Amino acid sequence: MSVVRPMMNRDSQFFWDGTAAGELRIPKCNACGTLRFPPGPACQACDAYDRGYQVAAGTGTVYSYVVHRHPPVPGKELPIVIALVDLDEGVRMVGEVVGVDDLEIGDRLRVDYNRIDDDLTLPVWRLSNEEGR
Amino acid sequence: MSALSGKAAIVGIGATEFSKESGRSELQLSVQAVRAALADCGLTAADVDGLTTFTMDTSSEIAVARELGVPSLRFFSRINYGGGAACGTVQQAAMAVATGVADVVVCYRGFNERSESRFGQFSLSAATQVNTNGLDNAWSYPMGLGTPAATVAMQARRYMHEYGATSEDFGAVAVADRRHAATNPNAFFYGKPITLEDHQASRMIVDPLHLLDCCQESDGAVAIVVVSAERAKDLPQKPAYITAAAQGSGRDQYVMTSYYRDDIGIPEMGVVGTELWRQSGLGPDDMRMGILYDHFTPYVLMQLEELGFCKPGEAKDFVKDGAIEVDGRFPLNTHGGQLGEAYIHGMNGIAEGVRQIRGTSVNPVADVQHLVVTAGTGVPTSGLILSA
Repeated sequence: MSVVRPMMNRDSQFFWDGTAAGELRIPKCNACGTLRFPPGPACQACDAYDRGYQVAAGTGTVYSYVVHRHPPVPGKELPIVIALVDLDEGVRMVGEVVGVDDLEIGDRLRVDYNRIDDDLTLPVWRLSNEEGR
Repeated sequence: MSALSGKAAIVGIGATEFSKESGRSELQLSVQAVRAALADCGLTAADVDGLTTFTMDTSSEIAVARELGVPSLRFFSRINYGGGAACGTVQQAAMAVATGVADVVVCYRGFNERSESRFGQFSLSAATQVNTNGLDNAWSYPMGLGTPAATVAMQARRYMHEYGATSEDFGAVAVADRRHAATNPNAFFYGKPITLEDHQASRMIVDPLHLLDCCQESDGAVAIVVVSAERAKDLPQKPAYITAAAQGSGRDQYVMTSYYRDDIGIPEMGVVGTELWRQSGLGPDDMRMGILYDHFTPYVLMQLEELGFCKPGEAKDFVKDGAIEVDGRFPLNTHGGQLGEAYIHGMNGIAEGVRQIRGTSVNPVADVQHLVVTAGTGVPTSGLILSA
């Protein structure tokens, strides 16, 4: 099945190495400790080029979301639910939410991993509301 | 007033027919639109010494110049970021003619955006480009978020949550656009107005966006001729003076996915607005009407707020009761917009702004002294103030 592959380079390889290893890695400045997402070569807080990462707890909250129905998305059976997830560490990322038909802003999510092949593992998210919904 | 204000004017506009299958090359479309625009203002290819277009355009300036028979070019330029380039191409032209770098600059955009490469489809290649755009897209496309409608829906959902706007509020834009298109013989949806009920009944594309929140995919081309205000006096058409021309990009800016900043709306349009008002010495109250880029209806509401026509969250009230229709308080997109007339990446909207200044629109608004035109939103963008 065709799948949309991300371009990987020096600024992003660590993230994909992380998902393959079952870790959600948030880029972090080794000099001042500031977290950011998406990654980039410079620290936006202190201008250092000393990049590292922190492994996220893998929990977050829905900031916004969509239900994609049309047109087709390569490698996906529609509809799919995609969210902007505010990680508890304070950065935001886009992720597919699996196992749900719909969502609400404020829902709690937990990360999981969808291994496509040796070259690509995508982070996905699942509902983790304590009370369920 | 800035050094640019009033120094340049749009004197010619031209277009092909707007269709779903042009039956000819994108280059031919652009060349035909440029010829039409030159004929509109009594100039010929021999007068042209500058060309500007979009980075996305598939027809190079030299290819267009060859087909036209332009003897030589002194100025050529391309603007990045999809539809955000529209007014930027005119800004380039205005700066060139105002400074004497060029005398006659034509801005063009032509594509078979329905019959060939459809922008509404999911792009497999967007996230694999080996450049920073590819890197940026790597954080959304592989996750399944990769159509324009989907990326906008993400912002729209949050906007609804924050301000209580509803799908019906978005629908007011679609109804206004289609009403205007219904009386425009050049519009694809000529003779086909819609009701708010039609909007609500149209299928969901990406919740919360219905089909009728999304612009068309179109084949066609538009061209715009810019000369100095001095030169404009000698040409046959009433000039549409360029009172302000601005570009804007916001903090932590991305292309369609500026999701990682506190404000996931369109603050880049606020940058454009601030600059338009600074350059012109005018304000929102001086604008009689607007042509606001409408690839997706929620962005029209957000633009009204960013440009200062109303406060954040109040656009849903601003657009009520036909206020943005041709006989309303602040008419928008009187050609039918990109939902109703055609999606020519905003260039057809600039042409409509010129027609309103000339008094030749099919949906004329009375006493237009100044109007605002904007380019694509969700991306680094641009805008113009055109004046009689």
